[in-house]
Amino acid sequence: MSTTAETATGIRQFEAEISEEKIDDLRRRVAETRWPSKELVDDATQGVQLATLKALADYWTGEYDFGRLEERLNALPQYMTTIDGVDVHFIHVRSEHENALPLIITHGWPGSVIEMLDVIGPLTDPTAHGGTAEEAFDLVIPSIPGYGFSSEPTEVGWDSGRIASAWAELMSRLGYTTYVAQGGDQGAGVTDAMGRQAPDGLVGVHFNFLDAIPKELLTAALTPRIFTHAEREQLGKVAGVFMRGYISEMGEHPQTIGYSLLDSPIGLAGWMLDHDADSYSKISKAFLEGEQTGNLSRDNVLDNITLYWVTGTGASTSRIYWETGRAATASFKNPPPHMMLPAAYTVFPDELFQAPRHWVKHAYHHLEYYNEAPKGGHFAAWEEPEIFSQEMRAAFAPLRNGRSS
Amino acid sequence: MTSTQIAGATAIRSFESEVPEAELDDLRRRIAATRWPDKELVTDRSQGVQLAALQELARYWLDDYDFGRVEARLNALPQFVTEIDGVDVHFIHVRSSHEDALPLIMTHGWPGSVIEQIDTVGPLTDPTAHGGKAEDAFHLVLPSLPGYGFSGRPTELGWNLGRCARAWAELMTRLGYTSYVAQGGDVGAGVTDAMGRLGPEGLIGIHTNLLVPALNNPAALPADTEQEQGALAAIKTFQTTGNGYFVEQSTRPQTIGYPLLDSPVSLAAWMVDHDTDAYYKIASAFTEDTPSGNLTRDHILDNITLYWLTGTGASAARSYWEAYGADAPGAGQALPPDVQLPVAFTTFPGEIWRTPRSWVEQSYSNVVYFNEADKGGHFAAWEEPELFASELRAAFRSLRDGRSS
Repeated sequence: MSTTAETATGIRQFEAEISEEKIDDLRRRVAETRWPSKELVDDATQGVQLATLKALADYWTGEYDFGRLEERLNALPQYMTTIDGVDVHFIHVRSEHENALPLIITHGWPGSVIEMLDVIGPLTDPTAHGGTAEEAFDLVIPSIPGYGFSSEPTEVGWDSGRIASAWAELMSRLGYTTYVAQGGDQGAGVTDAMGRQAPDGLVGVHFNFLDAIPKELLTAALTPRIFTHAEREQLGKVAGVFMRGYISEMGEHPQTIGYSLLDSPIGLAGWMLDHDADSYSKISKAFLEGEQTGNLSRDNVLDNITLYWVTGTGASTSRIYWETGRAATASFKNPPPHMMLPAAYTVFPDELFQAPRHWVKHAYHHLEYYNEAPKGGHFAAWEEPEIFSQEMRAAFAPLRNGRSS
Repeated sequence: MTSTQIAGATAIRSFESEVPEAELDDLRRRIAATRWPDKELVTDRSQGVQLAALQELARYWLDDYDFGRVEARLNALPQFVTEIDGVDVHFIHVRSSHEDALPLIMTHGWPGSVIEQIDTVGPLTDPTAHGGKAEDAFHLVLPSLPGYGFSGRPTELGWNLGRCARAWAELMTRLGYTSYVAQGGDVGAGVTDAMGRLGPEGLIGIHTNLLVPALNNPAALPADTEQEQGALAAIKTFQTTGNGYFVEQSTRPQTIGYPLLDSPVSLAAWMVDHDTDAYYKIASAFTEDTPSGNLTRDHILDNITLYWLTGTGASAARSYWEAYGADAPGAGQALPPDVQLPVAFTTFPGEIWRTPRSWVEQSYSNVVYFNEADKGGHFAAWEEPELFASELRAAFRSLRDGRSS
């Protein structure tokens, strides 16, 4: 957590330092967890199952290497720069290939830069990962304000639009005059806002989550003829996405759940695992049966939870739902401008819902790439870094030639 | 934690609560070790429970609160346990010294317990000492819902409102009451409404202070007058800004159960975040030492301490899953027949919405009493025990004469 100071808008190098004392306290709290009785069902319909969370706790205190997090992060070039009053932490890896395309990827909740670490190799060094030199990216992976090592906003208003403006400033400070942006989950919201703001230099965007729901899709839903029977099923899933306890609670009272997420590591782990049915069952299987799906290993999952714990960001990460909720309400009255930039979209089969091509096309008129990936879920970059990277290469290939730089 | 005198399975055993000192020490240690989030970014309740209020609650809990209070207050009353339908039901049972007293079973809600109702025991059972007449006396039964307080936690599914209602009818039968009334607010209103629909032998009328049918389908209620529109708007405000706890407990009780068992401050925050009116009253009791009515710091902490010591955060949350969850065995079942019995209703001004008489009359065919109290909120019995008791006297007066016993 040490930084070398420079000017206010300067870019400082950053290394994560996690004190032994903090780790000891975490270990002690996990070991002393006061557990509830077992859920009364044999599945996840009452929430995160006791056996899963106990297995996670055992692994966390018994086998997990607490030095991993620091090592993995510090193995990468990390920086800090103050934008709009907030210290923004980011990883910045330049490719050795000269004509690499600059790409800024934004994580979501309950994610962090940890999700993205394993796409760095394939994206910046494609020739070592089955790609060609022409497919290389210069990669910028920021931590959203309030997440990880970025500082917490001390005023309201940090919604997707403000984060998007900060990212444009970040890319500008890094000297990138032509770049693309990508995101899923809340990162899709930020990337959507970037696309609509269309800052100088941004030439295209890619999503693996359709954040334009519900804003534009709800409008479209008023025209029933555009929905087939199968699409209605998807629309039902979409509605289900927003009828979730964690979305309601973090959207309404982030501070209230924040107390749980700061004070109880197992409370935090349970809350973070309960994101969606698919990723929960994959993560659960990793802990209960030692059988991991793709890259969603026990260690990788715990790296992310440990990062949330040691940075104490349970409350500040929740506030983004409060902010985006307010922004969404406001946008019904004042819809944002349509996105004119080229958009690309990848549907992952285990995502919360599988947006059909023409939903995406309805949201983004200049949809230039749409593909259904063979595997992966909500945390696509984390779970399937190679497939995700392959999608980035394919999605952005048409934009490389027309670049100004 | 319990000492009981064993008899047959359906026998009624006397009960005293015993809290081991070691559990109190552990509670104190955990409060002192709380890891706090940063302050919310607003100056009101709009991001949830405010840091200053919760920190003052924690300080008072640790420094000034007498941890022997819960045990002393409960054990000053005649408490019993009896097994009904596989669950040990804890209840307070106070018989009036007035012979013709009307038996009354009152059901608490969430985040309540019998603690809410303790101060109505005097006025209801001994009215002559509290400004009432001998003819106003009640024999009082205050059960703890299964999963709450000192009642056992259900170990199987299906403990929905209807099953609780049947258990209460059995309880009243075991106590030898052949002609009685029932009362409830919050979840207790749900149980009482279900008792009314069930119409067990001996039940001659109900009173509630929350209109359950309004929550089931607000759209079906009249919205013509200013008062009706105001009530609908208040329900909508609650559902869009303050019902995260409701959605979470109805869908993921186990997930939120982890921090509620593990972190006393999380439990306190989750419990005081019930509704805007109660929150501000409780917050000002702590930050300004200006309690509203009987909602004192000690009383608030008696209730939270009871939840903590009994470790019932998860099991109490499950009652929402059973009552309102889409995955519960009772979900989607048609409602039992309408209540034919006499119904009485009191609307308290600080309640989440002020129920108009027209709504009560649309919901129940045989309304014998309706009144707007001049003060009190969601926890009416707790906040204004004398006023609440006088409402029950007035509400049930007309039913006393026609009794069979």
